[in-house]
Amino acid sequence: MTQLAWIIPLLPLAAFVAIVAAGPRLPGRGAYVSIAGIVLAGIGGLVVLEEVLGGARADITYTWAVLGTRPITVGFMVDPLSAIMLAMVGVVASLITIYSVGYMAGDEHYPRFFAYLSLFQFSMLFLVLADNFLFIYAGWELVGLCSYLLIGFWFERPAAAKAALKAFITTRVGDFSMMIGILIIFLYTGSLRFDEVFKGIQGGSLAGPLLTAAAILVFGGAVGKSAQVPLHVWLPDAMEGPTPVSALIHAATMVAAGVYLVARTYPLFLLTTGHAGLTVVAWVGGITALAAATMGVVENDIKRVLAYSTMSQLGYMMLGLGVLGYTAGMFHLITHAFFKALLFLGAGSVIHAVATNDMKQMGGLARYMPWTTWTFIAATLALTGIPPFAGFFSKDQILAAAFAHNRVLWALGAAGAFLTSLYMGRLIWYTFAGTYRGGDPQAQPAHAHGHAGPHESPAVMVVPLAILAVFAVFLGWVGAESLGNPFEKFIHFAGVEPAPPNFGLLVGSIAIAVAGWAAAGAIYVWRVVPSESLRRALPWAYTLLVRRYYVDDLYAWVFLEVGGGVMRLAGLFDRYVVDGLVNLTGWLARQFGLGLRYLQTGREETYLLIVFLGVVLIVVVRLVW
Amino acid sequence: MTGEAIVFYLLAAVTLGAGVVVVTSGNIVHSAAALVPAFLGVTGLYILLNAEFVAGIQVLIYAGAITVLILFAIMLTEGGTGLGGRQRNEQAAVGAAVAAAMAALLIVVAVRTGWPAGSGTLPPYTPGAIGQSFLGQNILVFEGTSIVLLVSLMGAIMIARRED
Amino acid sequence: MPGLSHYLVVSALLFALGLYAVVTRRNTVAILMGVELMLNAANINLVAFNKYAAPSAMQGQIFALIVITLAACEAAVGLALVLAAYRTLETIYEDEINVMKW
Repeated sequence: MTQLAWIIPLLPLAAFVAIVAAGPRLPGRGAYVSIAGIVLAGIGGLVVLEEVLGGARADITYTWAVLGTRPITVGFMVDPLSAIMLAMVGVVASLITIYSVGYMAGDEHYPRFFAYLSLFQFSMLFLVLADNFLFIYAGWELVGLCSYLLIGFWFERPAAAKAALKAFITTRVGDFSMMIGILIIFLYTGSLRFDEVFKGIQGGSLAGPLLTAAAILVFGGAVGKSAQVPLHVWLPDAMEGPTPVSALIHAATMVAAGVYLVARTYPLFLLTTGHAGLTVVAWVGGITALAAATMGVVENDIKRVLAYSTMSQLGYMMLGLGVLGYTAGMFHLITHAFFKALLFLGAGSVIHAVATNDMKQMGGLARYMPWTTWTFIAATLALTGIPPFAGFFSKDQILAAAFAHNRVLWALGAAGAFLTSLYMGRLIWYTFAGTYRGGDPQAQPAHAHGHAGPHESPAVMVVPLAILAVFAVFLGWVGAESLGNPFEKFIHFAGVEPAPPNFGLLVGSIAIAVAGWAAAGAIYVWRVVPSESLRRALPWAYTLLVRRYYVDDLYAWVFLEVGGGVMRLAGLFDRYVVDGLVNLTGWLARQFGLGLRYLQTGREETYLLIVFLGVVLIVVVRLVW
Repeated sequence: MTGEAIVFYLLAAVTLGAGVVVVTSGNIVHSAAALVPAFLGVTGLYILLNAEFVAGIQVLIYAGAITVLILFAIMLTEGGTGLGGRQRNEQAAVGAAVAAAMAALLIVVAVRTGWPAGSGTLPPYTPGAIGQSFLGQNILVFEGTSIVLLVSLMGAIMIARRED
Repeated sequence: MPGLSHYLVVSALLFALGLYAVVTRRNTVAILMGVELMLNAANINLVAFNKYAAPSAMQGQIFALIVITLAACEAAVGLALVLAAYRTLETIYEDEINVMKW
């Protein structure tokens, strides 16, 4: 099976083709075909993972084209890193696709949704299996396209269309940077295959500042895709897409592709002079982890809170990779994929029930939807790092690695962890506790899905939640230090040793997480320090956070005002200089014509006179010469 | 000075003198009338050049037909002229200069060039030779000319005809 | 004895007279007269060359006859044009018939 891993991405692709071709005529209006494709792919991924755990490896290469003397080899590789990603993507995407059957029920463009979903799954699996920069870039662009299509799935809504465009263009900036980086690498090492590139770098064909630049440029792609500072602005807006899309693309898989890219090309960063590439990765990750968490504290849209949380957690992963916590970063990627997908699906279930994204309109939902509530709380505990849930193990390893590397980075991560507990506590309180604030559930008019009032979601949505909750609760043990950290045995980077377990730090992490919960409780539950008084006490901080550190405004100013000014200048240049030159030629020709037309007297005697004058002149000139 | 020379200069004087009247006279009828001596002078030159048949045709067509045609035209367009009107356009001076320059150039060329002297003699009876040539060697030119004649005849009628 | 160049000089002067008439006269009929003078000048050349340059060939005289014929055609068509112009524009002054200018 390992040798045939390349078939796995083709299964969702076949589903995509089938849905596009036959669409609504297929069983379940295409949904069953899509589910069949991804479930088979998921099973294939698990089989491959099992075989790779047993020591199987594969690298299928094929010479695609020869550029001059440089062969471009493309192909797929199966190693622990891609196998675990393959299995994770397969399982999470399967559950989300099944969940979508319930969530998207009744939507006008139901088959189209599943077609896009299948296309995305193909792209993501393709990206994961790539053994060269060319394929990873192709997959990179494909997932970007699917992200665009799915964020803008409800393109009739202007906000969704704008968000799709914003996501596409913002990630494009990163993609372009990545392309330049890949081209530099290809230019100097003469290959696009990961192993040959790394061999070339070790051999010194690309070194010094240029290697650092190439690494940072490639990392630029990851910054865009993983919504890291400063290209983070698209992710909150991307929540305009359907919630399963947010869960699949903007929480579990595509945004994690940036982290996967860094892990996949880890030697590129590791071999930079003085680990400069890794330092950049670590700082970007650390800053994102904290900044995103602070923005999450003041957000009222349930999905956007989760989006900020995703950004923050992706920052942790980058931080982990950057501080030589290769295993920790990847471990957090895997655990996060499960519990964040669960959080999004839970949020989707809530939105499905109350037909609003505004947490202030929710409340008391624990009574109406127990399954959603308990699975959501499990995922929240995993996210906030409360033992023994999954996130505790992975986040703790990252913080330990950061502590061993640089105390400031650790402080950023620790502050982020505190805020994570705070905003998740706030979210839980607003959504599930207290009393329902959206009006009488029974009297609420029927909403888009044709139901009335908050109620538990159908089984097709709840079952995936329960399965994901199992992962969220227990998955962490595969990386538990007390069990010898089996995950580390499987996924590790030769020469990069994990930070030694630090018991004091472990207690500190738990204390910070609990402190965050306590702060949330103090502010929102017991109202020791009510949020209104905090807002009044720190109006500038509140405004700063609500305005998202003015980054969007800065971009708007830069691109609309400054860029617009440049455009206007260019427009003036075009209108007056370029058009002026064009008009000048026209004007000159016109003036010549106006002048010369007086030769056209319409009188034969003039013409004849000129003819004979010409004859005389020619003869005279000829004689005189 | 031989008699032929005297006749030549006399004919040339008549021709050019009448030509000057044709060109300069303010009265269009005088111009038309002066055409007759000009054409007759040319006729005389043809005779001096032993071209009796051409001379005869010249008298018939030029001095006869064309002059009469021109007089008809003058009469028919009388309302459009008027004796008091200006007869020269604004380029008279330039035109005169160009015409004089042309004349000077042509004279210089005619006098300066060493023309080859031809051998042989004219046939004794030129009208017969011309007739033979037209229906023999030059039959194509002859027929072509007749077609042009026919076409211009029809064209003239088409143009001059009153449209109604 | 007048030679070839004597005739050619007369012809040149006659041609110049005709040219002068054509480029300076306002009356269209007078312009036609000038054209006739120029044609006559050409004919003198043809006949003179026939006698002095190639006496045994009759080409010069034949050419002159054809020119006379075409001159008749030209006079007929030209005067028809003058009549037509007079009828439509009510003038036969050349400088007033200028509808084909810029």
